[in-house]
Amino acid sequence: MTLNTKLSCRNVWKLYGANAEGFLSRNPSPSGEDIRRAGIIGAVRNARIDIAEGEIFIIMGLSGSGKSTLVRCLSRLIEPTGGQVLFDGVDLLTASEQELIEIRRHKMGMVFQHFALLPHLTVLQNVMFPLTVQAAPRAEAEAKAREVVELVGLKGREDYYPRELSGGQQQRVGIARSLVTEPDLWFLDEPFSALDPLIRREMQDEFLRLQARLHKTIVFITHDFEESVRLADRIAIMKDGEIIQVATPEELVLNPATGYVAEFTRHIPRSKVLTVGGIMTAGSGGEGEPVPAAARVSEVAEQIIAADAPRPVCDAAGRIVGSIGRMAVARVLFGKETAA
Amino acid sequence: MRPRLTNSGLAAWGLVLATILLGWFGRDLAKALDARWLVKVPSSWDFAFNTYISAAMTWLVEEAAIGPVSFTDATRAIAWLIEQPYELALNLLARGFLFDPGPEPQVLLPAASWIAVTAAVIALGHYCRSWGLAALVGACFAYLAVFGQWDSAMVTLASVLIAVPIGAGGGLLAGIWAYRHPLGERILSPVLDLMQTIPIFAYLVPILFMFGFGPVSALVATIIYATPPMIRITILALKAVDPEILDFGRMAGTTQRQLMWRVLVPSASQSLMVGVNQVIMLTLNMVIIASMIGAGGLGFDVLAALRRLDIGAGFEAGIAIVVLAIAVDRLSQAFAERIGQVHHTAPGSWAARNKRTVLVLSLLAVTWVLGRFSPLLLDYPQSQTITTGAFWNDTVKYLNVNYFDAFEAVKVFFLHWFLLPIKKTLLGIPWPWAIAMLTLLGWRAGGWKLAAMCGAMSALIAVSGLWAKAMVTVYLCGASVILATLIGVPLGVLAALNRRAGIAINLLIDTLQTLPSFVYLIPVVMLFRVGDFTAMIAIVLYALAPAVRYAAHGMRSVSGELIEAGLVSGCTKWQLLRLVRLPMALPEILLGINQTIMLALSMLVITALVGTRDLGQEVYIALTKADTGRGLVAGLAIAFIAIIADRLVNAGARGARIRFGLESRA
Repeated sequence: MTLNTKLSCRNVWKLYGANAEGFLSRNPSPSGEDIRRAGIIGAVRNARIDIAEGEIFIIMGLSGSGKSTLVRCLSRLIEPTGGQVLFDGVDLLTASEQELIEIRRHKMGMVFQHFALLPHLTVLQNVMFPLTVQAAPRAEAEAKAREVVELVGLKGREDYYPRELSGGQQQRVGIARSLVTEPDLWFLDEPFSALDPLIRREMQDEFLRLQARLHKTIVFITHDFEESVRLADRIAIMKDGEIIQVATPEELVLNPATGYVAEFTRHIPRSKVLTVGGIMTAGSGGEGEPVPAAARVSEVAEQIIAADAPRPVCDAAGRIVGSIGRMAVARVLFGKETAA
Repeated sequence: MRPRLTNSGLAAWGLVLATILLGWFGRDLAKALDARWLVKVPSSWDFAFNTYISAAMTWLVEEAAIGPVSFTDATRAIAWLIEQPYELALNLLARGFLFDPGPEPQVLLPAASWIAVTAAVIALGHYCRSWGLAALVGACFAYLAVFGQWDSAMVTLASVLIAVPIGAGGGLLAGIWAYRHPLGERILSPVLDLMQTIPIFAYLVPILFMFGFGPVSALVATIIYATPPMIRITILALKAVDPEILDFGRMAGTTQRQLMWRVLVPSASQSLMVGVNQVIMLTLNMVIIASMIGAGGLGFDVLAALRRLDIGAGFEAGIAIVVLAIAVDRLSQAFAERIGQVHHTAPGSWAARNKRTVLVLSLLAVTWVLGRFSPLLLDYPQSQTITTGAFWNDTVKYLNVNYFDAFEAVKVFFLHWFLLPIKKTLLGIPWPWAIAMLTLLGWRAGGWKLAAMCGAMSALIAVSGLWAKAMVTVYLCGASVILATLIGVPLGVLAALNRRAGIAINLLIDTLQTLPSFVYLIPVVMLFRVGDFTAMIAIVLYALAPAVRYAAHGMRSVSGELIEAGLVSGCTKWQLLRLVRLPMALPEILLGINQTIMLALSMLVITALVGTRDLGQEVYIALTKADTGRGLVAGLAIAFIAIIADRLVNAGARGARIRFGLESRA
């Protein structure tokens, strides 16, 4: 992961209500109380996030928390009331209609919760659609579309219509369609929420497989904390239009910023979130084969417990940075809430 | 549970009673007080709206111009635009392509053979659904040929083929415009509201004046009548497209135009086809009314037969319209369904994929070529047609000879105990009192705005000199609506509560609705001859459907939990109906009655054919004399009655919904 910022939003507000813009220009940083008193609804309040190139950034929140509104502000499907959205350093909010169309045609892709497939087109035609509206040469577009259809594992179903496919297959079409233009920035709006739990897991794996190959910058919306933990590099938690905390899954579990965040993390199996590096004892020591610091506790728990003495922990470069013993692992697996 | 009489309730009942008493004794009262102006608006008060309107229309047609383009040029251009495709369709289906249209025209190419046309609809039926549908529409068209209605039917079909694309296409474009621009919707929405309440003939006369007597006028009137539902359905359908699809379209980087035509319209296509079906049905509904301003075909046959009181001929032509309507309706519905289904294109050349088209086209060519030698291939032989006209005439004669007394007794009973008392009361109500009552009612139902509207509109009717005729209109419609409600609501309740009865009632209502309005008139005239009673029966039959449908829908949509709550409280069936179901269904039932009123008012010009003396007759006379002012004033008076009734009933229904918590007070 490089640290170039791909997309960042600064002080983005989305207020609904009579003359919300005038309200915001008079009072550039209103409190929740100000907003309520003015009879305005604050769907997104003062959002500031920086998304690095190639990272999976998850925006997590319950329904009504403003996460869908925020992602639509980032893609400017919804016009924010105030703020800046910088995409590769260019402010999207000042882009003209024509520039915006160009950006969307070549640099952005989006997957929708209920798939949003066009019912009158076949799988192949649906996937080709973004290329068709760009008036790309037909043969080229078709070849490209067949390629992504195969990538998402739907080869052989090119001529089916959406309603002839299962939910999981329909979402594969949605994913293929959003990738056909080879976008840099990939928005996924609750892509797996409408699917059965089993299919959902399968699709999450599929998603990780694709990302390992494609290295897109991803903004992923979900209301499912387990899903966030499973997929995210970093998670932003939203409540009532505000971003409460932005952190890696491990930090969220270890240092929840508020009780609200802690409530989410409580029911997550900690061993699947915490890394060895997060619970090790710093310094040198331990014996035997070193364990990588980035490994999840659940992945290495068995071998640590089986070993008689604490094992050394190494970082990505192979240097020993600490050690980890049975007790630390047991505390994560069975123990109290504040494991570290 | 006895409703408690509050003071205002008592006052309301008192006023109703006072109004009825005033109406009943109004004439005597006026005589006693020597104040005839109370029941008859003095003619010196009349405001000569019609003269001014006539003058304005004359100015419009003769002098109005924007720069060098005069108003007449504009109407001529529109007429020309509509005429070209119409001529083409007419030539193809009915008249044949003529060479040198002089006194003795040479037929260059005769009209399409009845065999080819029937084959075409059969192929279409098969393409849209199945052999079953193909057989049905084929039988319909064969009927038209065998019963000697072919030529008229093709003239009618030609006008349908022109009016429907223009109406549907125009409606789609207008709807898209309203969807895209909030301003468009703000302009169109009140216009659509108004169009829905104004009966067609309010604008028949101005159209006649602008476009002259002829098929083009008829087409314009038909299009104006049939387009509004399409606009409404387009707006609704576009708004109902899944917002995610809209988001997707924008994220794919579509331009405005691409978004509309490649994403939204195809996604909404199924709902849009419902609108097209509506346009088709309304177009067929207009067939006879359009023939009053120059459409030929089946509608003209019916109209002419009605004028001659030739029952047999009128009935045959009427049935032919029904048959045509059934065929076109089923085809368009099947086509709409087909759009919603999945189809995989078969491989092969164009000819292999379009076998049906190839077949029909070759049949057309073959009949054209061979038709030179055997006219049988072109026209169904006259000698082989069957006519049932004589049979119907004989049946009527037989019924009238043998059962005259029974029919007369029914008629006299209704006239004496139902129609005439209502008429006497309504005509006796002093007009200032009526206006005051309407205003009060408007204020009670919807506040001062509605009150002002009711007052102003009824006052306008009074000063236009049409008060008496308006009262006759109200009496005829009112009596019919009361009867339709008394029959329709229980039927609807029964349909909702009993499945088997529901199926039978639905079939009845579907049939009634597919029939064009005036068809009811013919058998009724046969049995009861002309007069108010005949008009009332025709109106009741025509306006029954919404009362039944809305009542059934209202009953079905009472929430299951409420009914369970009633059952658990130990309600008997009757109590459940009386205390839970009916009150909850009341708003829907009121809306159904509202629709019934609107349909009843739109039947008026047709019932004028059987000699009623109301505003409908006024319009009809104006039509035959091409008197714009008179026609428009009478049309507007009907529109005013319709609007007052519509707003009052709607306000009442809304009030009921708010009371039951089904709608919030916005």
